[in-house]
Amino acid sequence: MKWRALLLILLCEPLIASCAQGAELFSAVDVLSTVTTPSLESASSSSQSDSHLSRLIFLRDYNTRVVILGTSLLGMAAGVVGTFTLLRRRALMGDALSHATLPGVGLAFLLAPSLGLDGKSLPVLLTGAALSGLCGVAAIMFVRNMTRLREDAALGIVLSVFFGAGIAVFSVVQKSGGNAAGLETFIYGKAALLSAGDARLIAIIGAGVTFVIVALFRELTLLCFDEGFAASRGYPVLLLDILLMALVVITTIIGLKAVGLILMIALLVIPAAAARFWTDGLAKMTVIAAVCGGASGLLGSALSALFKDLPSGAMIVLVSAALFFVSMIFGTARGVLVRALRRRSLNQAIDREHLLRGLFELLESHSASHGRSDGTAAVSYSELEDLRTWTPRRLRSQLARCKAQNLVQTTTDGRLLLSNEGRTEARRLVHNHRLWELYLMTHAEVAAARVDREADAIEHVLEPELIAKLEALLELEHTESGIPESPHRISPSGTSGAWQGSAGASSAGTETLP
Amino acid sequence: MSGLIAWFSSYDGLIIITGILCAVAAALPGNFLVLRRMSLLGDAISHAVLPGLAIAFFLTESRASVPMFVGAVLVGLLTAVLTEWIRDFGSVDEGASMGVVFTTLFALGLVMIVQAADHVDLDPGCVLYGSIESTPLETVLVAGHEIPRAILMLGSVAILNLLFVIVFFKELLISAFDPGMATTAGYSARLMHYLLMVIVAITAVASFETAGNILVVAMFVVPPSTAYLLTTRLSRMIVLSLIIAVASAILGHWSAKAVPGWFGFGSTSIAGMMALCAGLLFLLAALFSPLNGVVVRVYRRMKLARRILAEDVIALLYRLEERQPGRSVPLSEICTRLLSSRVATQWAVTRKVHKGFVELTDGGYRLTAVGQRAAAELVRSHRLWEHYLVTEGISPDVIHRQAEKLEHYTDRELRDRLQTESSAPALDPHGSPIPEERG
Repeated sequence: MKWRALLLILLCEPLIASCAQGAELFSAVDVLSTVTTPSLESASSSSQSDSHLSRLIFLRDYNTRVVILGTSLLGMAAGVVGTFTLLRRRALMGDALSHATLPGVGLAFLLAPSLGLDGKSLPVLLTGAALSGLCGVAAIMFVRNMTRLREDAALGIVLSVFFGAGIAVFSVVQKSGGNAAGLETFIYGKAALLSAGDARLIAIIGAGVTFVIVALFRELTLLCFDEGFAASRGYPVLLLDILLMALVVITTIIGLKAVGLILMIALLVIPAAAARFWTDGLAKMTVIAAVCGGASGLLGSALSALFKDLPSGAMIVLVSAALFFVSMIFGTARGVLVRALRRRSLNQAIDREHLLRGLFELLESHSASHGRSDGTAAVSYSELEDLRTWTPRRLRSQLARCKAQNLVQTTTDGRLLLSNEGRTEARRLVHNHRLWELYLMTHAEVAAARVDREADAIEHVLEPELIAKLEALLELEHTESGIPESPHRISPSGTSGAWQGSAGASSAGTETLP
Repeated sequence: MSGLIAWFSSYDGLIIITGILCAVAAALPGNFLVLRRMSLLGDAISHAVLPGLAIAFFLTESRASVPMFVGAVLVGLLTAVLTEWIRDFGSVDEGASMGVVFTTLFALGLVMIVQAADHVDLDPGCVLYGSIESTPLETVLVAGHEIPRAILMLGSVAILNLLFVIVFFKELLISAFDPGMATTAGYSARLMHYLLMVIVAITAVASFETAGNILVVAMFVVPPSTAYLLTTRLSRMIVLSLIIAVASAILGHWSAKAVPGWFGFGSTSIAGMMALCAGLLFLLAALFSPLNGVVVRVYRRMKLARRILAEDVIALLYRLEERQPGRSVPLSEICTRLLSSRVATQWAVTRKVHKGFVELTDGGYRLTAVGQRAAAELVRSHRLWEHYLVTEGISPDVIHRQAEKLEHYTDRELRDRLQTESSAPALDPHGSPIPEERG
């Protein structure tokens, strides 16, 4: 399952990369648009007025096509790499490393002429960026492993010192009279200036990065989740760590020209953080992060192409931020809504179990006091309400739910009874509760007055295996009803006292064992 | 004295003072950021304030500095609050939530500024690089003196931060190291946290406006980290961080003029060089800190390795003499038996010769009477440990290696205890006699 998903990204990106190699993709898109547009235009003649939009949708502009393709691929690659840095709790590593590439760009521009190269050619600048980025990686490793400082300080130091060095070099470049006009795009990014060659570079390097990650999926997973275990299994943890950072540097570098240094950080962090809300599986998360990053690139640059005065880099980040907030609220694995719902359903289950057990114990004490063992002595609502500190609304809605499930019945005069199913369920709950109480008293030496409260908290999560173990441990003699007798007195005042805080518990401490 | 004043009111002097004030103002709260593992907050705020500036501009339709300042500080605070909110509400890793917040705010700010660019010159470049070089040009009149605005502003922020740290020293200390304890002691750790955030935001914004963001982001993190490597006390750490901050400001100013000249270029960005110099000072501290510096650690390890080798040499000579009394052992044999390199062994033997433990006789080495005694102690430790480990139920196959390590750390007192614990044996588990304690 996991591998199939990963193979999918692996296959997708080289495919796009090979398409981007030449004009194949663009001609393919052209074919596509010529096939589809006439039918659409005949269907809606009014689309003529909105020619800008249709030009964009069918990627008729060569430039728009290149930009959208490049930024989407960039988003995908950044999402894949970002997944691992996020899980390694180093989301901001991209921040430090992208700043660390700056001095390299400046130095490459400055030194290239003396080596007989063109200082403004992209490969030269990117090589410089890569070299100084790797210096940044080395510096982070040095600070982290050789000093007492922690990760965040290592990132902060590398970021600010390299950034300072970068600014110093840029300033030299400007004052030496060199034409450094293009260098500023490395800080803010200008996707509109992307050429087909740049898009191809992004595609090839993005595919390479994805390939490395898929090939080393198991090793990187171990690195992220259990570094110590990976080391004990003989994996070269330090090398893997450096490799992961190198991948971040490479991804950052290809993104520098498209979205710029600061917004590149966003692409490394946000898609991965958004994907985390949707799944707990790493392979799925990687795929979702790639999709999310790709979608941000696509929508962001499309919006920027559609409307005037919207810078593409910033739009890409804003789109991914919107995706992040949507994921944070609606994510199916860790989203805020899902967690709230889960908490609610757990609370309801707990309420239900408290209600059934309370009813059962009231009925039990009624039949004991009335000397009748048929358990027909019904319970009044007010008795039940006094039992616990539940609000009337919560109790009523829970009662209604139990009646609907046919666990609780009402007598003609409005008093409450357990149905047969309700009785079976309640018996199980009371059994668990009292088992745990007895266990606490005999094996954990907890005072009788306190056990009710503790058992109250744990009774909802006792597994059948544990119950069987407890039964064997306590060697219970089977009573008539099949459940042990309560080790403490059960009365509305006594029990409610027990969960109204320590004062209540200590006053209940005078109760005697039956 | 008057020459000094004249120099300080010169163009370069004013720039240095600005740099020093910015460095001091940032390093003070920076100590607590580093201790609370929030080193990247300064950087995050420096990017995130952009929309605050833009909104202030939209609201007031002017580039007046007070609304801009307030807007930026508010958004800076918002960064800290939003980061925490996403961390808690969405249960996201702290770093990731900071990354989401500041990049989003920055992007938002960029969009706003581009929208405003039609009306006014408010380009991101001037926000990100307020330049320290031009600070002496913009002056205000205070009590009859022309004082650069940057110095006035950064000076008041530095004084504010100093007062903050002095007044709340104990509270900051406790809440940095143990927030739980701070709360039980009756201080609100949360309140201190937000006060610190306010201070950080004010410092950051005041500095961007005047000296540029590079300087302040670096000074938040680098001098406190450097000081952290040099001491383990908070008060000393703060003082040291201030000294380092001042030193990097001065050094940075000098090198901005001098260093590019070595390569045939003009001058360079002063703020950038100040950050770089702070980085160099950090590197020096990481390497040479007497506390735990890399060089110091390597030196200690080498010293220990040499001591152990020298002790191994005399213990070996003792054992060989035990088997064949009066024999002198050539250096090559010592090397092969100890599996050690010739140079290191030669060095160790020479040291022992100097100390009078070993003497050179007919082409080999032999223990002197003093050396005999020292070696006997080591061999005694070794064999006592072996005996003890066997009586403790450890397999005889592994005891030799254990004892080999332990013998170098065993003193007279410990030997005596081993002797009584293992009921005064005469032979070790391998059958060799355990030497008597002498003197």
